[in-house]
Amino acid sequence: MTSEPIRLETPLNDELCERLSVGDRVLLSGVLYTGRDAAHHRLCDAAVRGEPLPFPVQGAVIFYAGPAPAKPGAVTGSIGPTTSYRMDPFAPRLMALGLKGMIGKGRRSPEVVSAMKQYKAVYFGAIGGIAALTARCIRESAVVAYEDLGPEAIFRLVVFELPLVVINDTKGRDLYDEALKTYSRT
Amino acid sequence: MRRVREISAGTVTETLRDLFIAANLEMGRDMQDALAKAAEEEESPLGRYVLQKILENMDVARKESLPLCQDTGLAVVFAEMGQEVHIVGGDFQAAVQEGVRQAYREGYLRKSLCDPLSRRNTGDNTPAVIFTEVVPGDRLKLIAMPKGGGSENMSCSAMLVPAEGKAGIVDHVVACVRKAGSNPCPPVLVGVGIGGSLEMSGVLAKKALLRPLGTANAHDERLAAMEREILEGVNRLGIGPQGYGGRVTALAVHMEMMPCHIASLPVTVNIQCHVARHREAVL
Repeated sequence: MTSEPIRLETPLNDELCERLSVGDRVLLSGVLYTGRDAAHHRLCDAAVRGEPLPFPVQGAVIFYAGPAPAKPGAVTGSIGPTTSYRMDPFAPRLMALGLKGMIGKGRRSPEVVSAMKQYKAVYFGAIGGIAALTARCIRESAVVAYEDLGPEAIFRLVVFELPLVVINDTKGRDLYDEALKTYSRT
Repeated sequence: MRRVREISAGTVTETLRDLFIAANLEMGRDMQDALAKAAEEEESPLGRYVLQKILENMDVARKESLPLCQDTGLAVVFAEMGQEVHIVGGDFQAAVQEGVRQAYREGYLRKSLCDPLSRRNTGDNTPAVIFTEVVPGDRLKLIAMPKGGGSENMSCSAMLVPAEGKAGIVDHVVACVRKAGSNPCPPVLVGVGIGGSLEMSGVLAKKALLRPLGTANAHDERLAAMEREILEGVNRLGIGPQGYGGRVTALAVHMEMMPCHIASLPVTVNIQCHVARHREAVL
């Protein structure tokens, strides 16, 4: 674990992604897009049909999240990561279109890890179950697509210093594997 | 002759509305203490960092009246209905669903239920999953348990061969937690139901999660011993908080059991994330 977190701003590019290593703590600022199960279905259906996506995917970072509703006057309700493996079938296609970062929790498939190497993209872990705290990092939040999906709509977020940990880097390394090697006593 | 005691459907609705809102904002003292203790004991730096953030989140959620987690859950309701209770002024099931509907609307909780095939959101977090038991007495106990999807997904049932016995059960539970890895937001609670039928083992596993944290099974020393053995086994895995590595993968293992068919050994593992929420009231 690095002692000082790395400050990063979106959009990301090859060079920024290649600088990150497994276990690095990152404070991410800038624009993110939320997207989870149903939104990924629609995004990839649109991509297959050759239609434009509802947000600029080049250099983008997707947060696998569906926020709780904002109270009147609040920017957002509680927000945090959902488990990422459910988006695995869609992620390589989005990386091929320029997606540079994914934020979620839990292990990715070998196909997704190898696509991250190929397209120089990074998977960040956000801590699950600290969604009131995470909401403090959100400066703006607005639905930009698929409003009918409710919490599964795509929100454009502006975040400030969202605390993350690099789970998979561009070299194919995996924090979960390395953690088990260090701590398993079986 | 025993007197019938009337409870209005409206009271059921109001009670469940308040219970679900409160459960989503603050965990029980037992969970808070267990997480604080884990933060002191965890040896991995990233693991300690995660646990400190979890403690900080509990403060923020309480002070700002925000849900601890954006996944405010499938609404699970356990109702223990005294047989002398008479629900008046409405239908019991409808009153429960209305309580859930009001909680998720008025409490700004996320509506997380959808049609399984079209995936269309039901819009109000109903229907709740309701387990009703008729018990002696004239009271109605209502337990509200918002259950997150990520940890529910990592749960598993198995119909073991009776010859596998205790060792088979221990192996099955540890393997389930190992396979779940970082997905269910460790440190987790592990609820285990043994016996009954396929579905009853699941109900027992879920009920086991309601027991005060870390208390051993009080009815059967064999289960209490297995709980300790499994907890040790799980915490040797090294998964740690959020899967970032460490000693604290589970905070507790709770087991419940009932007899089963001579041919069977049903075992269900119900995994609960570290946001273990439930509240109860007795009317």
